Amino acid sequence: MPLQSLDIVRRSATTLPSPEVRGAHTGQVAKLIDTTKCIGCKACQVACMEWNDLRDEIGSCTGHYDNPQDLSEDSWTLMRFAEYENPKGDLEWLIRKDGCMHCEDPGCLKACPSPGAIVQYANGIVDFQEENCIGCGYCVTGCPFDIPRISKQDKKAYKCTLCSDRVAVGLEPACVKSCPTGAIVFGTKEDMTQHAEERIEDLKSRGFDQAGLYDPAGVGGTHVMYVLHHADQPSLYSGLPDKPKISAMVGLWKGAAKPLALFGLVATAAIGFLHYIGIGPNEVDASDEEAARRETEKPS
Amino acid sequence: MNSNAERTIVRYLPGTRINHWAVAICFVLAGLSGIAMFHPALFWLSSLFGSGPWTRILHPFIGVVMVLAFTGLAVKFWADNYLHDRDWAWLGKINDVVKNREDRLPDVGRYNAGQKLLFFTLVFCLGGLLLSGIVIWRAYFSWLFSIEVIRLAVLLHAFCAFVLIGAVIVHIYAAIWVKGSITAMTRGTVSPGWAWKHHRLWFREVTRGSRRE
Repeated sequence: MPLQSLDIVRRSATTLPSPEVRGAHTGQVAKLIDTTKCIGCKACQVACMEWNDLRDEIGSCTGHYDNPQDLSEDSWTLMRFAEYENPKGDLEWLIRKDGCMHCEDPGCLKACPSPGAIVQYANGIVDFQEENCIGCGYCVTGCPFDIPRISKQDKKAYKCTLCSDRVAVGLEPACVKSCPTGAIVFGTKEDMTQHAEERIEDLKSRGFDQAGLYDPAGVGGTHVMYVLHHADQPSLYSGLPDKPKISAMVGLWKGAAKPLALFGLVATAAIGFLHYIGIGPNEVDASDEEAARRETEKPS
Repeated sequence: MNSNAERTIVRYLPGTRINHWAVAICFVLAGLSGIAMFHPALFWLSSLFGSGPWTRILHPFIGVVMVLAFTGLAVKFWADNYLHDRDWAWLGKINDVVKNREDRLPDVGRYNAGQKLLFFTLVFCLGGLLLSGIVIWRAYFSWLFSIEVIRLAVLLHAFCAFVLIGAVIVHIYAAIWVKGSITAMTRGTVSPGWAWKHHRLWFREVTRGSRRE
C-alpha cells in the first residue's frame, strides 16, 4: 500500500529503486515554524491529537509549561518552553514546537535495517511504515534530533508524519491549520524559505540582529524549518542542536562497516577453501600411530 | 584412518561435547538473526525466525543463552589456554603450521597457540557482545543509557560480532583441515597417533596417567 503512492525516492534497507514515477513537480514541501510568532497555546498539539486520533496519558505538572513532558508514541509534537535571560537582563520566553524535522538526509532511514519501514517521498516527507517496522529502535539511534519513540504497547516506532495523508490530497498539516497566529505555515520549500526571509528582515528591523532561518545543512536541510530570533544559538530553544548531523558512529556503522564486514567474512571463508584445495588437509597416518605406539610402550 | 577401534584416547567427555554444541547452535542462530539486522542484503534471513519482529525479539535471548553456555566452556578450558613461551615460538613458525609441516614445530600441549588465541578472542568478543547488547536491548535496558552510549554500543556490537564470526569461520575451517578434530568433538575420542602428532605434551600426560579427561 505505501509504495502505491508511486513517489518513493528513498526506502530503508533497500538497494533497488522504489516506485517513483510520480515526482514532486510543483516543488518539495516544507513547514515553517516561526518561533517569534508562537504564543504557546498548544492548538497544534490538540490538532495533531485530533487528526491522528492520538490520546496520550494524562501527566502531572512538574513546574513548567511543557505538557506532556516529552514526545511519545502518542504525542508526535510538543511545545517546549524555555526561559532565557538575555544579556540585557530581560526575560525571553522561547517557545519551540518540537517534532520530526523531516531531514533531507534522514538519519533514521539510514539506520533502519528493515526494508521499507522508513520511506521518503518525492515531496521530502519522511514517513514510518509501521507494517514493516521490527521495533529494533535503530531509528532512535540514527536521529540527530531525538524524535522517534518506540511504543510500549506494540513496539513500533512512531513520529510526526507531517500529515502525509493530508498532504497527499492537497491539504495542509493539521497543526498548520489550527495555528491562530500564523506561526506555522506550509507550502513549497522555496516559498517557505522566501517567506522566512521576509520575516527575518522584519525581525532584524526590530532589533533581533541574529534572527535567522534554521534549515541545517548537516542533514541536507530539513522539511520543517524554524525562524529563530537567536539563530546563532539554536540550543537556547530547549536544546535544538546547533549543528545537527548524523553521528559519525552511525555513519560508520551503516556505511563503510557493512560492505567491509561482509567482504572480510567471505574472504576468510574463501582463504580457508583455497588452503584446503591448495595445501590440503592435515591427516594422521600409520607412521604417527606407530610413533605413538612406540612411545607408550617405552618404560617411562 | 581413524576407525572406531583406534580412537582410544578420550578428549572430550559427553558434558563438554553437549556444552560445546549448545554454544555452536546458539552461535548459528544468533549469528543469522544478527546479520539479518546488520546488512540489508541479508534481511531475508529474518524469515528463518518467523519475521523481522520475531528476529528482533529472539536475537538477544539467544545471545544471552550463548554467553551462559560459553561461560561453562570457558571455565573448563581456561587453565589449558594460558600462553607459554613455546606458544610464541609456535606462532613464529606459522608458515610451517599452514603448510602442514608439523614435525618442525615445538611440542604442543592440550591446545596449540592458535587455539589459545581463538579462545581468548571468543572470550573478549562474547564479553563485548554481552555488554553492548544490553545497552541496545531496547525492550528492557536502552532507556538506562544516553544516546551517545547507545551509538557507541551498536558500533561495538557490530565490531565484536564481525570478529567473532571471523574467528568461528577460522575455527570451523581448522576442524575441517585437521582431520580427526570433528570426531573429537562429536564422539569425544581421538586416536593415539592424532594426539601424538598434534598435541604431544598432552598425549604424554594422558598416556603416563598424570592426566585424565
